[in-house]
Amino acid sequence: MKRRTFLLTGAGIAGTLVVGWAVRPPATRLVAEAASLPLERGDVQLNGWLTISPEGLVTVAVPRAEMGQGVLTALPMLLAEELGCDWAAVRTAAAPIDRIYGNVEMLVDGLPFHPDEKGRAHAAGAWVVRKIGRELGLMVTGGSSSVKDAWGPLRIAGASAREMLVAAAAARFRVDPSTCRVERGWVRHASGLQASFGELAAAAAQIEPNRFPVLKSAEAFTIIGKSLPRTDVPAKVTGAARFGTDVRLPDMLHAAIRMAPAFGGDWIKFAANGAEGMPGVKAVLPVSSRAAGAARGIAVVATTWWQAKRAVDALDITWDAGPHGGMESAIIATRMREALDARRGAAYRAKGAMAAAFARANRIVEAEYAVPFLAHATMEPQNCTARVADGKVEVWVPTQAPSLVRWIAARTAGVTGHDVTVHPTLLGGGFGRRAELDLVVQAVEIARSTGGRPVQLVWSREEDMAHDMYRPAAIARLRGGVDSDGRVVAWEHFGASGSVMHSMVERIGFAPMGPDKTNAEGAADVPYEFANHKVEHALVKSAVPLGFWRSVGHSQNAYFTEAFMDELAAAAGKDPYQFRRALLAGHPRHLAVLDLAAARAGWDKPPAAGIARGIALAESFGSIVAQVAEVSLVKGEKGMAPRVHRVVCAIDCGQVIHPDIVAAQMESGVIFGLSAALFGEITVKGGAVEQRNFPDYPMVRMAGAPVVETHIVPSKAPPGGVGEPGTPPIAPAVANAVFKLTGKPVRSLPIRLA
Amino acid sequence: MLKLDINGATRSVDAAPDTPLLWVLRDHLNLTGTKYGCGVAACGACMVEVDGAAVMSCITAAGSVAGKKVRTVEGLGADQLSALQQAWIRHQVPQCGYCQSGMLIAATALLAKNPAPTDADIDGAITNICRCGTYQRIRAAIKDAAGAGKAAAAAPQAVPALALTRTLEAAKAAPGGAK
Repeated sequence: MKRRTFLLTGAGIAGTLVVGWAVRPPATRLVAEAASLPLERGDVQLNGWLTISPEGLVTVAVPRAEMGQGVLTALPMLLAEELGCDWAAVRTAAAPIDRIYGNVEMLVDGLPFHPDEKGRAHAAGAWVVRKIGRELGLMVTGGSSSVKDAWGPLRIAGASAREMLVAAAAARFRVDPSTCRVERGWVRHASGLQASFGELAAAAAQIEPNRFPVLKSAEAFTIIGKSLPRTDVPAKVTGAARFGTDVRLPDMLHAAIRMAPAFGGDWIKFAANGAEGMPGVKAVLPVSSRAAGAARGIAVVATTWWQAKRAVDALDITWDAGPHGGMESAIIATRMREALDARRGAAYRAKGAMAAAFARANRIVEAEYAVPFLAHATMEPQNCTARVADGKVEVWVPTQAPSLVRWIAARTAGVTGHDVTVHPTLLGGGFGRRAELDLVVQAVEIARSTGGRPVQLVWSREEDMAHDMYRPAAIARLRGGVDSDGRVVAWEHFGASGSVMHSMVERIGFAPMGPDKTNAEGAADVPYEFANHKVEHALVKSAVPLGFWRSVGHSQNAYFTEAFMDELAAAAGKDPYQFRRALLAGHPRHLAVLDLAAARAGWDKPPAAGIARGIALAESFGSIVAQVAEVSLVKGEKGMAPRVHRVVCAIDCGQVIHPDIVAAQMESGVIFGLSAALFGEITVKGGAVEQRNFPDYPMVRMAGAPVVETHIVPSKAPPGGVGEPGTPPIAPAVANAVFKLTGKPVRSLPIRLA
Repeated sequence: MLKLDINGATRSVDAAPDTPLLWVLRDHLNLTGTKYGCGVAACGACMVEVDGAAVMSCITAAGSVAGKKVRTVEGLGADQLSALQQAWIRHQVPQCGYCQSGMLIAATALLAKNPAPTDADIDGAITNICRCGTYQRIRAAIKDAAGAGKAAAAAPQAVPALALTRTLEAAKAAPGGAK
């Protein structure tokens, strides 16, 4: 495997978009070049990340999307810690679009290095990617990277501003700055002189910002590490919180759409069937751009969404299934098995001598695992509001990628990026779906024909379910050998699926290249010390559009790896927990997490009658998570079904910013992964998705929700992610418990008992 | 012209009587706290109270609630946050928040009927979908509010914790808040 090819894929579209970055001066992320923060009367901006009002209110620019993972709290906490203001004085504002807000660390995470082998090649790769990343300014929320990325810039911004405020105070007091101290929004001097941040801000703004301020040591933290009340919660219990669908503008129209059911399909003809004359209807129009993966369809614009929806339903549309009309799930699975049979794969890890190792194995276990396509099914259906007037475009959208929204909106409207204003809203769930741009393409296209009136396009749940960018269906064949002492001598993992990265890159108009790191994450980078380890993946081009689904490749690979681990443990006659421990001798952080989960779950004591425990460990997005699931079998509508009662979750995510958000994200990741493990399945027939709505794509609800207990391993390591790492271990933990209960390994998801 | 009683006020709406109540609330009255999630009464994001019972407004014709008392999430704590809303904040229940209006309505209707619900009662009454998985916090908040209700009945007292007051101030500046 060529690292260089990998690097380019890891950086995704980065390499393609960057032109001439090498000749630019080194970028920092303190002062914005193009954009300034929105100022209210009297507000003073001290750097690209904060403004201070005369009353001392601190407004922090948050460049990431709030989708429930707590960025509107955790990111300002980083800044407030170093600034030294009172937390109650902190406000947030959506950051404008500028390079300094780009997500650099997410790109670094895309590098394909085994965690145990992060040597000079990784350092060099990371340096290049960080450099590209700072130039790109890709404002994307994903890869559980928000805190990881903000950890440097937001603390530097706070500390730098504090230095400016102190310098301004010292000048006013005519004292040495080093004799001043900062206390909750005040600069004080031993003489009794004091001034508030609000009084000092204007003078401080005249001082050149220091790009390399001294940062606090972790021992001195007073905000970081505390579970402060989340800033976004109150508005979410009163109905005041505004999501994308809640945008209301003067003269705004509403649009509903029917899209070609089959991927790549089209409409051949349609009869309005009186739709034009229905109450409130303004226009019936084809939506034809395929940019960013947008599907073709017919939209209706009306005064209210319900009027638009009724009119859309009245249309009589004849569809063409397009080039993939014959596609169905079984055929896709056959293609993957053919690729596995032919062993045409890219090597992601090759360590040791496999044949020799298997030759001396006492027992060899082989198994084929499979997972289906999955939809994101965010609670807020996909939507976008756009206004196109006088050569200017405004877009209101719940997005994980505002800088890309600006780019695609400009392209769709035929204007420049400077003519586009993006207003990001709260997201009613993201999970990766809202990194996509198809809604923006459609909304801007529709808004070009509404005479300058803003129009809000909202997909019905049925359209949302059938026009997602899906977690890929995947098949993996695993082979493991154990010696006569029950130790693993060889581990082989051969997977097949489409590529999320290729699908996404192709959608936005670039040529995909190289292997996709996400196909092997959770397989090639496992912490287990296998003496002989081989991981390959065969890329099977997918006509079903694929997207980033909470935890991406880890979502299937952790299941394959960790469920097979229990099969191998069973063959070796070992306890699954101890079996894993034996493979982690040189990985103290992983051992500590595994041990904590086992201890808190009472692994050494027998569970209650009828209940079995399953354990799983997975590292993803810079954090290590182990979960123990307590499961029983209950009689359901369709025979016996697993019921998960309790999940004990241990995590090492490095330095913790906000313990309660970590716990909330573990709870969330578990429920999200559990819905997939128990119910999630998108099937394809006639080139189209068969599922339409929640009744045929069920979710875990209150009655089926386990208690999730989260235990955090204290750590001073730099922060890891928490939005996704809770998801990968739950499916295998539950599958392993079911294996114990039934004696039969669970080889495919969703879990179905014969 | 429909005449509806929404959150204690009479509202006249120029909508066909078969328009689902959800869209009358959202698009005619700009009460956007009530959400569209599925349109087929399968997720509960659109729940509102009609004469004290939780109903799915996405399949309820607006005309059918004329003369009845409709309460939306905006009406739960108009003057002061309800015990449930306060418990929701204490337990930091919402994540993305999109389903929470419906959850609060379902919980409000449950406590009105059953002031001390058991786990089984909560399982039976709260059937809405939360994709972020806030279920265990919802359960804890309902029990907490039920407990607070009992305590309040025994010895009335004002209980906004310090943390709560601070959070409420923060709410004014939160995105989507009052700023």
